[in-house]
Amino acid sequence: MRWLWVDRFTEFVSGSHASGIKNVSLDEEVVDEYCPGYPMLPPTLIIEGLAQLGGILVAEHFGFEKRVVLAKVGKAVYFQPARPGDQLRYFVRIEATQHDGATVSCTSHCDGKLQAEVEIMFAFLEDGRFTTGPLFNPGDLGAMLRLMSMFHVAVDADGNPLPQYSNI
Amino acid sequence: MALSQDEIFEKVQVALVDALGVDDDEVTREATLVGDLGAESIDFLDIVFKLEKSFGITIPREELSPEDILTNSQYVQDGIVTGEGLAELKRRMPWANLTEFEKKPRVQDFGNLLTAGDLCNYVESKVGE
Repeated sequence: MRWLWVDRFTEFVSGSHASGIKNVSLDEEVVDEYCPGYPMLPPTLIIEGLAQLGGILVAEHFGFEKRVVLAKVGKAVYFQPARPGDQLRYFVRIEATQHDGATVSCTSHCDGKLQAEVEIMFAFLEDGRFTTGPLFNPGDLGAMLRLMSMFHVAVDADGNPLPQYSNI
Repeated sequence: MALSQDEIFEKVQVALVDALGVDDDEVTREATLVGDLGAESIDFLDIVFKLEKSFGITIPREELSPEDILTNSQYVQDGIVTGEGLAELKRRMPWANLTEFEKKPRVQDFGNLLTAGDLCNYVESKVGE
């Protein structure tokens, strides 16, 4: 199953924030099967998209050396459903980091209106926890980020392009 | 201006209510984080983030989780913390009430030791730095 819940990165500032787009399409099975008769993107998958955006932001902040996983959703408020044809504009900001986790605050906007507000905590898996070694096969994470156009927009805090990471 | 003990407790209470989804009145000074409030391991990271933000402090991992002591054969024998280990725990965690733990210092019981009151004492020691 495909598990890409952000269509495109539109902004990425290392260690700070990132923006992305999610287009809601009736072509996605989950959109019309989640609530039959009332097609919508399941709210949990909005969290997943924000977590993908935020998880990549956090992982890059640590040089892709940490095994970043979504650990906790501290808050999730939805103001309107995401219907077919909607374009969600996601925004994620790093709020705090520790050596074993990070928190991000997230918003989703649709047509300029706040659609959802979410707070997410990530944890970094310790060696041997659940699985050993990297969470992605060699090259898979890099391929996913290229699909999402992350490197087209990603810059460091000084506005310079990110380095080439050989570990993704 | 220094925070009063009541002000510290109120902010710790908010952090625990948010992190653990418990009611205000469940968070007493005597409530243990794991046994009474249902905290799981991942919640401790959440609590650390919330306390850091609320009080503007930095919480190094080893100050709240002395795992290095509890896994060190110098301080633990047959699952029991030695006298030397207890001394080290007291030195590391002067804000924690170890009175009950000292009576039967089994490593497996340490996880359910900390109370909301202990957290308040810890925060008080940090904001006073």
